[in-house]
Amino acid sequence: MTRHTLSVLVEDKPGVLARVAGLFSRRGFNIESLAVGRTEHPDISRMTIVVSVEELPLEQVTKQLNKLINVIKIVELETSASVQRQLLLVKVRADATVRSQVLETVQLFRAKVVDVSPEAVTVEATGTSEKLDALLRMLEPYGLREIVQSGMVAIGRGARSITATAVR
Amino acid sequence: MTSATSRPAPGEPPSPRPGPRPKPAPPSGAPIRVTGAQSLVRSLEAVGCEVVFGIPGGTILPAYDPLLDSTKVRHVLVRHEQGAGHAATGYAQATGRVGVCMATSGPGATNLVTPLADANMDSVPVVAITGQQSRPLIGTDAFQEADICGITMPITKHNFLVTDAADIPRAIAEAFHLAATGRPGPVLVDIPKDVLQEMTSFSWPPELRLPGYRPTTRPHGKQVREAAKLIAAARRPVLYVGGGVIKANASEELLRLAEDTGIPVVTTLMARGAFPDSHRQHLGMPGMHGTVAAVAAMQKADLLVALGARFDDRVTGQLSSFAPDARVVHADIDPAEISKNRRADVPIVGDCKEIITELIDAVRAEREHTRRATDLTAWWEQLDALRGTFPLGYDWPDDGTLSPQYVIERIGALTPPDTLYTAGVGQHQMWAAQFVKYERPRTWINSGGLGTMGFAVPAAMGAKAGVPGVQVWAIDGDGCFQMTNQELATCAIENIPIKVAVINNGNLGMVRQWQTLFYGERYSNTDLGTHKHRIPDFVLLAEALGCAGLRAESKEEVDAVIEQAMAIDDRPVVIDFVVGKDAQVWPMVAAGTGNSEIMAARGIRPLFDEDE
Repeated sequence: MTRHTLSVLVEDKPGVLARVAGLFSRRGFNIESLAVGRTEHPDISRMTIVVSVEELPLEQVTKQLNKLINVIKIVELETSASVQRQLLLVKVRADATVRSQVLETVQLFRAKVVDVSPEAVTVEATGTSEKLDALLRMLEPYGLREIVQSGMVAIGRGARSITATAVR
Repeated sequence: MTSATSRPAPGEPPSPRPGPRPKPAPPSGAPIRVTGAQSLVRSLEAVGCEVVFGIPGGTILPAYDPLLDSTKVRHVLVRHEQGAGHAATGYAQATGRVGVCMATSGPGATNLVTPLADANMDSVPVVAITGQQSRPLIGTDAFQEADICGITMPITKHNFLVTDAADIPRAIAEAFHLAATGRPGPVLVDIPKDVLQEMTSFSWPPELRLPGYRPTTRPHGKQVREAAKLIAAARRPVLYVGGGVIKANASEELLRLAEDTGIPVVTTLMARGAFPDSHRQHLGMPGMHGTVAAVAAMQKADLLVALGARFDDRVTGQLSSFAPDARVVHADIDPAEISKNRRADVPIVGDCKEIITELIDAVRAEREHTRRATDLTAWWEQLDALRGTFPLGYDWPDDGTLSPQYVIERIGALTPPDTLYTAGVGQHQMWAAQFVKYERPRTWINSGGLGTMGFAVPAAMGAKAGVPGVQVWAIDGDGCFQMTNQELATCAIENIPIKVAVINNGNLGMVRQWQTLFYGERYSNTDLGTHKHRIPDFVLLAEALGCAGLRAESKEEVDAVIEQAMAIDDRPVVIDFVVGKDAQVWPMVAAGTGNSEIMAARGIRPLFDEDE
């Protein structure tokens, strides 16, 4: 199984997310991460879907996705040719005795502290899922009180835009 | 579910409907002020809809008011929404036009679920229009509220919830366009009651906004040439023809391709009639209950040319051992079907009519180029031997009861050549596919993919409404018939005189056959009592529903009763053919086994043990 990142341009209409998600679940694919947001076109939303799946079933699911009337375009983004980012907010137990060590780790990962209380700090970090996993591993010994993560978003490198050819 | 509406009394004939009507001129010009309901009916008229099968109820009620005044759209009041859905399918399959059904919200809409799933599996262009609770009530678990768009999402090609009356013409135009083009399929349009009631403007034609919908119809020239190369070089080729050929109206082109190349043809359950059964090159139906020759041809083939077919499990049997030596050319309008089950060596996406037309030229060009005509003599010798040794056939029951296959064979033989047949699901369906000889497309209508029992009667009703000039025979089983026979009341009142042949073996026959073969003859819950207790008595039931009821119980009565049924044209006819319960469908590939293990009859496996 390999991890694939799909960028799916869809019409901004009610029920589109359910259609796309339903297609994955019906075929037994587990979505690892999903992010939906607007694009530079008012009528088009963009979904970034990360799935772990073999090549052949992926081809089938891409074809099925393309059959959905509200789906305009699907592009698979290769890790090497795209920028992929996830947002992480994590509340770490950090009283006065360990706070400086926690802050040191935060700086190493170029993350930042966005909230502080006497017992804990809240850290904001962005990056690939590998980087965020590494950060969490480093912070774990202090005690992770709460984690929240966004879906992955990804964009191809270079000047080309995948939306440019999709809208005519 | 329904509200009280008055209908004309039985016997009061509805206005006669001569042949296919000319397409109504699309109204044009300045927008006019109408209600949402009027906009809906005007849209249906403008899009060319001539008949709607449906039942009114609370939320769809506003639409029924302007429908009463429409001179272009006929409404057929069915007895159950499932009947409306299958009737729309039968209409669409018989005419090639979009079939339309209508229902109210909640239970009316959910009763359409089975026919929509059925139409989706068999790629039938159907538009379903459902009422929905008023916008402020949506999501509050209001009376007769069901999220029918959510429910039908996986079983429709697409669906819409219309939230603004101004969108009604566009929604209807888009629904018909989506249903009929590309790979056809069902589309549901859900319209809240207050949207039907509010004032809006109507203008036609609306602008379609479907940026994500661009079906490919023109095949890729290079792929066609690649296919032609394989065809020209193949020594054991087979044309594997599916329902897509009928959908694409490509039967004539198929005949030319087949005759040009001399390649044997097999037609799947959905493609019966796409190629004449009487044609020398036709080996019959492949698959679980296909002919030995058709199944063997695919198993031994070095090239399968799949045209509008989808390598369904009922055709391939165990996929890993299916057609082991064959390269595959797969032509289909739906790219998702290609290489879904069996990897295609040459994929061709496009409309079958265009593909076959281009293929004919490409094969000719290839032959001129290579100066080689493929010699299929050895291949045909092999197939003719199989065809000669294992023809389709049946034995008369030992207990002296009537043979169901004989009944079906006689119906096929005595009815006129343009007769249209529908079937339910089970043994009778397989026998109808095997023993009626189909010579032209759109004469065989059945539920192939979903396998919906109860399909035959409502589908026949829809087919007859669409093609009133020909005989329409529903070949049904006694199990299936008891699921949807209420639509005979509709047929009687709406002047839709179909014929129903109930192949009554008193049992859920196909299930019983499996119990005989695979469950040690333990007959759990397959005896319906239609023999033992004669409950119901189908003759009395037919009479009660305003039809003529006939019965045949012996071989001698069969022809006479069929002739008698054909002579009656002022009301539907039901014939109760009381047949033996132990007749079985052969040949058979047992579920989960490979096609090479096909049994011509119980214990006889012509392909399995032979040395190659």
